[in-house]
Amino acid sequence: MKSVISDERFGWLIPILILIFSWEAIARANIFPEYLFPPFSKVISTGYFLAENGVLLSNLEASLLRVLAGLVLGSVTGVGLGMLMGYKDRVYRMLHPIFSLLMPIPVLGWLPLFILWIGINEALPILLVFICSFFPVLYNTISGIKSVDRGYVEIARSLGASGRRAFLDIVFPLALQNIFTGMRLESGMAWRTIVAAEMIAIPIGIGALLINSQYLIRVDVIMVCLGVLAVMTLLFEKILLWLERKIVKWR
Amino acid sequence: MTKIQLHNVSNKYILKSVNLTIASKELFMLIGPSGAGKTTLLKAIAGLVSYTGNIFFDDESIDNTPPEDREVGYVPQDFMLFPHMTVEENVAYGLKVRRIPRLEIDRRVRELLEVMEIYELRKRYPKDLSGGEKQRVAIARALAINPRVLLLDEPLSNLDPRTSKYVKEWLRYIVRKLGVTTIWVTHDINEVEEANCKVGVIIEGMLEQTGHYHEILSFPKNNKISEFLGLSNTFKCNIIDVKGPFAEVDVNGLRMVVPYDGGKIGKIIIHPHDIQISREKPLTFTVNTYEGILEEAVNKKYSTCLKVKVNENIVFNVELPEDVYRLMNLKISEKLYLTIRPRSIKTLP
Repeated sequence: MKSVISDERFGWLIPILILIFSWEAIARANIFPEYLFPPFSKVISTGYFLAENGVLLSNLEASLLRVLAGLVLGSVTGVGLGMLMGYKDRVYRMLHPIFSLLMPIPVLGWLPLFILWIGINEALPILLVFICSFFPVLYNTISGIKSVDRGYVEIARSLGASGRRAFLDIVFPLALQNIFTGMRLESGMAWRTIVAAEMIAIPIGIGALLINSQYLIRVDVIMVCLGVLAVMTLLFEKILLWLERKIVKWR
Repeated sequence: MTKIQLHNVSNKYILKSVNLTIASKELFMLIGPSGAGKTTLLKAIAGLVSYTGNIFFDDESIDNTPPEDREVGYVPQDFMLFPHMTVEENVAYGLKVRRIPRLEIDRRVRELLEVMEIYELRKRYPKDLSGGEKQRVAIARALAINPRVLLLDEPLSNLDPRTSKYVKEWLRYIVRKLGVTTIWVTHDINEVEEANCKVGVIIEGMLEQTGHYHEILSFPKNNKISEFLGLSNTFKCNIIDVKGPFAEVDVNGLRMVVPYDGGKIGKIIIHPHDIQISREKPLTFTVNTYEGILEEAVNKKYSTCLKVKVNENIVFNVELPEDVYRLMNLKISEKLYLTIRPRSIKTLP
């Protein structure tokens, strides 16, 4: 007999259901005060309530838009510059030393500087997400471009393609897999960054809702927010993975 | 169709003043050990490496022509099919970049795929092809642009022995049928042997000799060529007796059985790695077994060369894999038995 856990489509549900049931059972056993450890059912009903009155959605929308804007800007710049640095050695030698100095700086380290420079407004979180997504995409694009065998370019040229044409037809498509890996990496980081930024400096967003719930001692709301973050991060990764499979179908 | 001429073509890495003329529609085989500059020479002709000197197609210099305008069909050793394109997209690529109308591309690609007998594979990606299929696609892709010159870099090296035997004949047939000037690069003498065409021997970046295969075998210009072609055991001989497909010849007093096809035999060549060595007299093999004394052993990169004296006039050069030599623990002036399979002996008039 085939075990349910080894079933590919629904096997993953079993451990999660066990987690939820034990959570519910422990919470209802009244070992901990309910306001510190609410049962799963309470968290769900709070979530429902927050969704209905619009608090959750308005905060989620704010965070989501910032993440999307930062991601798109970071990816476009990262891919563009990465293509240039991957293909033109001179550009790489010019920019790589600068970027390798800037890249290790933790993204939130920039926050005080940016608050002073641009103030607290929508540009601030977007800029932070931009920075945290730019570097992984940049370096994955560079390594993607560099890993493409130059023999392909030689063949394309001997078949009649100009250097630029060979790059667009051959090198870039072959580098796409790496580029997507970079984007998937960054999407998780973008959510982490945005939450931290909102907790520290921005009044609206999932991070802000989290920190406000701490002040109000609303553990149920905190758990709703954490749940939403888990789902969003997972969703982003799955969408990018789906896109990658769709585009890099020749592997 | 196109005549190719190379005048003093050199390159900072390997090529040393190569001069060569290949007639229009000719199949020319370039043979040399690995690292001799064979691939570099092909790439120079395709415009993919920089060189000094001049290359002409039909008396017209192409030195300043970028690779995309040289109209060269280049088939590299590992085929280099674009992995993200299907078979038909690969073959169509050269036509697509030339902005040829879609219908014309489809017609031409279909025609080529049918000639190469790979039409049913057209929707596959390279990862789903066998070595032999990949090679056909690579050749179809190179031929699609109607090249003036076809460059084949070790076309058989990535195929298993069974496939390569069949492909060898098929490829020669295709090249001759299309009548496109072709340079075929190889390190394997056996590929050259049956081709019956002009051959060039390149060693350490120098084109040492060109000519018909038999001409080079009979009159190698220098020791480098003889050594590379395994000509160090070349002996004059006379036929004593003929028995069906074999003849018995006299080689300076040594009797030897060699293949016989009805022609004259004035010389025999035994490749040094075709001679087997043993300490005891082989019991199962009675023909072409000789007793000799080990005179000298020289270690080369991967092999050991022995000189074994059979009589006053004859010293055989024997090549053993280095590990076999060490395993046997041979000593100078030791008595040895040499065995030579008749089929491995080449005869010349």
